[in-house]
Amino acid sequence: MQYKSQAVAMPYFIAAIGLFVGQIIFGLILGLQYVVGDFLFPEIPFNVARMVHTNLLIVWLLFGFMGAAYYLIPEETETELFSPKLALAMFWIFLVAGALTIVGYLLVPYSTLASMTGNDILATMGREFLEQPLLTKVGIVIVALAFLFNITMTVLKGRKTVISIVLLLGLWGLAIFFLFSFYNPVNLVRDKFYWWWVVHLWVEGVWELIMAAMLAFVLIKVTGVDREVIEKWLYVIITLALVTGIIGTGHHYFWIGTPEYWQWWGSIFSALEPIPFFAMTVFAFNMVNRRRREHPNKAAVLWALGTGVMAFLGAGVWGFLHTLAPVNYFTHGSQITAAHGHMAFYGAYVMVVITMISYAMPILRGRAANPTKAQVLEMWAFWLMTIAMVFITLFLTAAGILQVWLQRVSDTPMSFMATQDQLMLFYWMREWVGVMFFIGLLAYLASFFVKGDAKGVVHG
Amino acid sequence: MSGIFTKSMARNIFYGGTTFFFLLFLALTFDTERELPNRDNRAAITPEVAAGKHIWETRNCLGCHTLLGEGAYFAPELGNVYKRRGGDFIKGWMQAMPTGAPGRRQMPQFNLTDEELDQLVAFLKYTSEINTANWPPNIEG
Repeated sequence: MQYKSQAVAMPYFIAAIGLFVGQIIFGLILGLQYVVGDFLFPEIPFNVARMVHTNLLIVWLLFGFMGAAYYLIPEETETELFSPKLALAMFWIFLVAGALTIVGYLLVPYSTLASMTGNDILATMGREFLEQPLLTKVGIVIVALAFLFNITMTVLKGRKTVISIVLLLGLWGLAIFFLFSFYNPVNLVRDKFYWWWVVHLWVEGVWELIMAAMLAFVLIKVTGVDREVIEKWLYVIITLALVTGIIGTGHHYFWIGTPEYWQWWGSIFSALEPIPFFAMTVFAFNMVNRRRREHPNKAAVLWALGTGVMAFLGAGVWGFLHTLAPVNYFTHGSQITAAHGHMAFYGAYVMVVITMISYAMPILRGRAANPTKAQVLEMWAFWLMTIAMVFITLFLTAAGILQVWLQRVSDTPMSFMATQDQLMLFYWMREWVGVMFFIGLLAYLASFFVKGDAKGVVHG
Repeated sequence: MSGIFTKSMARNIFYGGTTFFFLLFLALTFDTERELPNRDNRAAITPEVAAGKHIWETRNCLGCHTLLGEGAYFAPELGNVYKRRGGDFIKGWMQAMPTGAPGRRQMPQFNLTDEELDQLVAFLKYTSEINTANWPPNIEG
């Protein structure tokens, strides 16, 4: 690597992968509880396992984003990190706070955890994805501010590239919109309205800036295409993302008590949300086709291309499937939503973080790329996980269509639980491809330990 | 992209477009806040309802159920459960949990007092009377 301080990215990446494994184990538990309802009851009820599954996802992606920033920013700004010590201290604080939170979920009844951690002073818990105790939320803000301070100071003293500015904008947006997680009015409609300012404006807003910046950075490195070209693409993509995504928030405001004009605003703008993802796919393939060098890290190139395709399918196509209000009227809160959620998170954010890890980790370990044998195994992992995720999505979509038909479209609608009994075949198939995903993940882990002739000398 | 479309043009469109659409979003938010009193059933929010919402949150009900379609998809929609089942059924149901039926999905026993159960029911009644543009399509949720 070019700058010594980039090394702080390594523990962030290792923690990210470790928590990813935890997330998938809890995913398998949840999938099994869908078919064997009393599995692990009452030790780990479904709601606890789900909280662990989704919160681990968020935390490991944040670890990934922070690690990526610590790796990318020194190289882009051509200067050492403002404070590697602060970065390392924040790593341990975030890891310990995260671990304590997960242990709290698993060992303490949620209502006890709430009263132990100040939820009676300021109630923020018990809302989807924002289940963290108040103390953890405050911890997240502190870590995020220290991180942003560190990164911003680095950018200020160094070269200001488009990639680093866009990444910084995305990360600042992430921190600012998280502040809405502290706002929890008693009025349920307003609670839900502003809850989406965290959730939607993260994943369909500022996170897309972070994602596009990371992808652009890796593409510059592995293709050698002129920075001017890549940076122009970057601006176009993030323009499309925010122009469609901000008003696109309206697709969550159809049925929660908000005015009905949101059905128009939300449908029209969110129908355009696939465009930035399509642009990202075209961008990735275009840059790789116009490459001026053959980078020895084939696995990283595969992940970069995969990110483009899977983000477009998961976030773009599967999002569009149920985003128009007349369709969403029937699909809202069904397994269709679950199908979209899985492929979108995997295709966009999981894959872009792995792209970054795949590119940076060999360099952090002192080589341009991993040995061929390790790369082959990593590419097997890519295909196993990606194909498994495609099938998880297809099975959940099939379950969702049947669910919507039996429970909502039919003239003689079935009850929720009676409908669930009809979906068991699809839930079983989902669980088995979930096992395939886990095998892919194990292959991914193993690829870090495959020895062989390392490729190339250290370079950026 | 040709040489006519420069990077600084792309940058200006980004900042201009984002600012414009964010301001539009704020304007729509402002208008939504003005409209909400007609739709969100705020007149029904009593201290009992507020206490019920607190119970709803601190038992992580959303970890299995949906409420107005948002949450987890493991257990029934509860936004309209008051209309579907009525208050007495909800209280009796929660007291009877878990069923312990082998292989079936289980709901934890939360050991709520009678007063707390009434608060929870009050919250679910308030929720069921929010104007949700006729969602869900039928009473099954």
